[in-house]
Amino acid sequence: MGEFRVHRVRFFNYVPSGIRCVAYNNHSNRLAVSRTDGTVEIYNLSANYFQEKFFPGHESRSTEALCWAKGQRLFSGGLNGEIVEYDLQALDIKYSVDAFGGPIWSLAASPSGSQLLIGCEDGSVKLFQITSDKIQFERNFDPQKSRILSLSWHPSGTHIAAGSIDYISVFDVKSGSATHKMIVDRRYMGVSKRKCVIWGVAFLSDGTVISVDSAGKVQFWDSATGTLVKSHLIANADVQSIAVSDQEDSFVVGTAEGTVFHFQLVSVASNSTEKQWVRTKPFQHHTHDVRAVAHSPTALISGGTDTHLVIRPLMEKVEVKNYDAALRKITFPHRRLISCSKKKQLLLFQFAHHLELWRLGATAAAGKNGDVLPLSKNADHLLELKTKGPENIICSSVSPCGNWMAYSTASRFFLYRLSYEHDSVSLQRVPKTPAFLRSALQILFSEDSTKLFVASSQGPLHIMQLSEGCFKHVHTFQPPSGTVEAMCLLAVSPDGHWLASSGTSAGVHVYSLKQLKPHCTVPAYNFPVTALAIAPNTNNLVIAHSDQQVFEYSIPEKQYTEWSRTIQKQGFHYLWLQRDTPITHISFHPKRPMHILLHDAYMFCIIDKALPLPNDKSLLYNPPSLTSESGVVRRRTPHAFKISKKYKPLLFMELLDERTLVAVERPLDAIIAQLPPPIKKKKFGT
Amino acid sequence: MAALEEAFTLPGVPLGAGPDGLLGVEQSDKADQFLVTDGGRTVILYKVSDQKPLGSWSVKQGQIITCPAVCNFQTGEYILVHDNKVLRIWNNEDVNLDKVFKATLSAEVFRVHSVQGTEPLVLFTSGAVRGLEALLAEPQQTVETVIPEGETIKWTKLFMVFKHPILLFITEKRGAYFAYVHVHTSGASSRHALALGPEDTSVLHSFAASVDRKLISLITFSSDGGIYETLIPMHPSDPGKNQVAVRSLVLKGIVSDKAQSGVALSILDRDHLAVLGTPLSGGKDCLSVWNIKFQTMQASKDFPQGTSGQLWSYGEHLFLLHGRLLTVIPYKCEASSLAGAMGKLKHSVEPGTPAMSHFVNWETSQDCGLDSQKPELPRRTLRTKNVAVSLQPAVSAAKQLLLTIKNGTEKHMEVELRKFLAAKQSPDFHTAVGDIASSLLGRCKAEPSFYPRGCLTQLVQTHVLSHSLCPGLMDLAVEKADVQLLQLCLQHFPDVPERTTCACLKLFLSIGEDRLQETDVSTESVFHCGDAGQEEPMETQKEILENGFQAEGDQCRDCDRGLKGKPLGSAEEASSSPVTPKRAALLNAVLHSAYSEASLLPHLKDIPAQHVTLFLRYLYFLYLKCSENATLTLPGTHPPSLNQIMDWTCLLLDANFTVVVMVPEAKRLLISLYKFVKAQISVYSELNKIQVSFRELQKLNQEKTRTELYSIEVLELF
Repeated sequence: MGEFRVHRVRFFNYVPSGIRCVAYNNHSNRLAVSRTDGTVEIYNLSANYFQEKFFPGHESRSTEALCWAKGQRLFSGGLNGEIVEYDLQALDIKYSVDAFGGPIWSLAASPSGSQLLIGCEDGSVKLFQITSDKIQFERNFDPQKSRILSLSWHPSGTHIAAGSIDYISVFDVKSGSATHKMIVDRRYMGVSKRKCVIWGVAFLSDGTVISVDSAGKVQFWDSATGTLVKSHLIANADVQSIAVSDQEDSFVVGTAEGTVFHFQLVSVASNSTEKQWVRTKPFQHHTHDVRAVAHSPTALISGGTDTHLVIRPLMEKVEVKNYDAALRKITFPHRRLISCSKKKQLLLFQFAHHLELWRLGATAAAGKNGDVLPLSKNADHLLELKTKGPENIICSSVSPCGNWMAYSTASRFFLYRLSYEHDSVSLQRVPKTPAFLRSALQILFSEDSTKLFVASSQGPLHIMQLSEGCFKHVHTFQPPSGTVEAMCLLAVSPDGHWLASSGTSAGVHVYSLKQLKPHCTVPAYNFPVTALAIAPNTNNLVIAHSDQQVFEYSIPEKQYTEWSRTIQKQGFHYLWLQRDTPITHISFHPKRPMHILLHDAYMFCIIDKALPLPNDKSLLYNPPSLTSESGVVRRRTPHAFKISKKYKPLLFMELLDERTLVAVERPLDAIIAQLPPPIKKKKFGT
Repeated sequence: MAALEEAFTLPGVPLGAGPDGLLGVEQSDKADQFLVTDGGRTVILYKVSDQKPLGSWSVKQGQIITCPAVCNFQTGEYILVHDNKVLRIWNNEDVNLDKVFKATLSAEVFRVHSVQGTEPLVLFTSGAVRGLEALLAEPQQTVETVIPEGETIKWTKLFMVFKHPILLFITEKRGAYFAYVHVHTSGASSRHALALGPEDTSVLHSFAASVDRKLISLITFSSDGGIYETLIPMHPSDPGKNQVAVRSLVLKGIVSDKAQSGVALSILDRDHLAVLGTPLSGGKDCLSVWNIKFQTMQASKDFPQGTSGQLWSYGEHLFLLHGRLLTVIPYKCEASSLAGAMGKLKHSVEPGTPAMSHFVNWETSQDCGLDSQKPELPRRTLRTKNVAVSLQPAVSAAKQLLLTIKNGTEKHMEVELRKFLAAKQSPDFHTAVGDIASSLLGRCKAEPSFYPRGCLTQLVQTHVLSHSLCPGLMDLAVEKADVQLLQLCLQHFPDVPERTTCACLKLFLSIGEDRLQETDVSTESVFHCGDAGQEEPMETQKEILENGFQAEGDQCRDCDRGLKGKPLGSAEEASSSPVTPKRAALLNAVLHSAYSEASLLPHLKDIPAQHVTLFLRYLYFLYLKCSENATLTLPGTHPPSLNQIMDWTCLLLDANFTVVVMVPEAKRLLISLYKFVKAQISVYSELNKIQVSFRELQKLNQEKTRTELYSIEVLELF
């Protein structure tokens, strides 16, 4: 296959933000996750846990609560006191409404989905009516003394439970008055603690209220009488989150010690109808606070300060024991944060609030497989560009020639011209950004760096012509009339004739850049697109989907290529389909048209279309021992997939030229080292 | 196992049940209280555990109740409809139904449904569904017509699925049946035609339904005498289209369709179905509980005074009208086990026919309940490799063999057995082998002189036999002192009880050397170092010294001196095996067998002292041999592991310590064992210390190989 010189980059100092809230939507099997920097991500659990959409964060908009209402509508509330609704089609914020109650700590949608309840810093519980396009304040419930940290509706919608500091209130929804006040014991292991914070409540249909609090207790209350029924002390630290299954036969809680406990309603004795709640399984998948948990019909979902989203399927609920039943840990975003200039060997790293530009080093030495070559020049940190304003960066790109750089936040678009003098680089913002270039979801430069393509959040694709120090608008492709669908992925053909774009749901659209009109649409596929690229010379569009299928579509002929049909007929190797991270980048070998390079977080693969496809009996991953053996053994099992798992977690990989690769790794140890220290637990002794 | 308990009747006001029986029995919001609506004008609230009525209400003369009273679980009020259109709502305090809340509706009501967790739903004859709240807000609202002209509603039921009320109703039009599924929260509704099978003439008589997570299972009794199950999806993939729901047979021919009062069904739980009707053989009405998974009848009860052909089940009570009295039958349904389900149907074994197999083949008899009519492909590949082989020849060979065993000679038997084993293995091979083994044992018991060792050995070597399949086999072998068969059994059986293991051990230790020489015991687990040890005794000793064992120079010298025996006795003992290779092989088989300590200990106490000493010496010898090499294993194929040796040594000493210390020979053995163990411990503690240093070195090594933040490497892809 060949020998490559690999620039192994580990200086991308990226740390994901901790997870603050998760909200599971039963109707669409989607999961909304909010992070401490205000980012909200939507995962499609049916599409192999792919992160379909994201809303960039905002410094002043930290999200403290997240909930789905009316089926598919997503609301959040945060410390700035505003309720925000997200537009899931246009990937934009629909509107925000000030609740006038100080910071919002909790949010709950009524069982029917038509009302929204918020709990505020000033102790007020406010009821909002959800109308077809907005929300409308309806009334306040009886004000409480201190902040309302958690809320839960009774499934019938007649009562609610509200967790505050030191007590839980039960309200009658009709009258808005508190019917019971249940005081929580402050003492913690005999010592009187200052305050007992009720981090979470859950109201069951039989009238039981379950509360979790900062003293490490899970307590069961009878809401009809306001009495404590049962108490479990499960942690030496806070229990911070609770989620109940729809059938109310199991629930899950997360603690500040990183443990997730599963409680189940089980019969007291076999063949007895009397049931009680029993703590059944502890899971320790986190090192830090578990800030949020969710309970889907088949899995427990948890997330916290250690930035992992963990999906733990319940084996007894999983019908078919296939690979979907395995534990999933999602750490890295399913989109690219890195772009690369091949010509100048530059890497542009995107962080939440700044960009870093690096130039790769060089070596004069040569070596054999596995050698680390001595560096003649180390990598240079050329530039660090901080954003203005509180908004997070959505996307960024550096042009292939290295002379242009662009990034966008939710409200502003920036284009810079870079000029190099020896080892220093100077930066100049290109003025007069047109008004329609307000925000971009994806930015792409053409191969010759003369054109700039911008996908903006409502759906249109803008084409700009770049020339010395200025740029001018050439054309805008509007989305098909009547639809609003944000385009998240773009690909341009190296000859500059074709542009492909893919949105969050429907198929891939191909536009002709010569005639400036839509060319064709690739037939829609059930699973979202995770990566997109157009091959040089042949203009074949390679599409990777979240179910790990890869298609090759000939743009000139408007049909799938023969190779794509063959591999669909034969099917991918079962191990290929069992990978659990999506392919995030596809590129091509400049000299060998038959080669496709693609990578996910744990492997990269060069597909050689000339070789036969592997079947399920052949080894997909060549064992490392084989590489050391003679070529005779090797030649016996050649197949099209050449896979290396040497670099991981792999965030970016690109062919710089025919013999050089760049691989950007982000070791998990380095991320953990930058997290705040976890709660110290004694391992030995007392 | 389901059971019907003693029935009792609800007395009080005699029910004016007409020929059509009761209108309905419905739950009230308090457990144990039920609303009974008779066919005429009266509603009675019963408390079942007290067997007494709590209240009774009647409508005015001339009015007639058309829809059974239900309880609104959210408010605790009762609702009924009389004269098709007049809705009445009252509560416990009200006395006169004339004076309670009244609402006259614009269309005829078919049923009012109410279940826990949702507001009551009103189903109109036209098929429209309204929530009670919405209806009361505007009683005269016009309702749309959902079902086409000519269709009439036959039966309805309301479910709660994930907090969403789902209403199912069945309509009929000129012999064709349709099921409507209405999801109330979303307003979505779908229509399914019920397929009736090839001859479309059958009439559906009665219905029952239960709900799974995504499917409604509709049980129907058809006029052809069969009880069928139809699965209807709750959320159809294509709601616009008319869908056809296909039925499958559940039970057939248990009740007659010509009964006067008809047939009633009620689903008790996933596996149990209550059927009320006249049995095929004729006679009185009979209530039977069937396990539909195993197709067995679990309980039945006759009702000589006749029933109205109606059956309700709530909680753990069945309600029916026996004669003119409302009868309550408490029932219990426990998770069905096969043994329990086999229950009431007794096997009738005729003397001439071959007996049914005693053993259940779990790999083929699973899922034989509902799916037996339409065998599906197994979802996971079974462990049995030869599923596709034809069963017939093997079965007949087994039958032939069983006949031979009854009265054939030993030789003849062996030939037949070889034939049987040579044939391809059938899926129920191991049940056949079990049958053969137990019939062989039966004959052995009957004829004390009969002992077909060859056959038994062959059977054990098939690897499918276990102790629980032929419980008497090992006891018989112990009785006959057949050590060769016992060795095979210990090797192949996964489930030898500790009592038998111990009996084997006793036999192996006590059997005479001359008899042992005659037998053909496999000695592959024994290593032949006895000779090697004798040839180079010095070397062996040296190795032990290297491992930290020093016979002299520690605190135990005094004890040694006190003994005045052979100071180098231990070394000599170590170099040669105290037992012959054949006996060693037998003992190894015991060492390999599985056991639990608590059950083994009492049996170990029964072994005589000299045998304990011998076994202990053998174990000590093995331990010394084990410690000779770095991997702590014995040479040879499948030797006992160090853990097994140590565990048995400890167990033996635990069981017999007081005896062993009194035997002089054993005492010396104990002391050398003690010294050796002590030496080993000190070696290990030293090794532990070194390990820490090694780990540090390894860490240093790793740090060196860790790559820097940036490097250029060469990678070759193959």
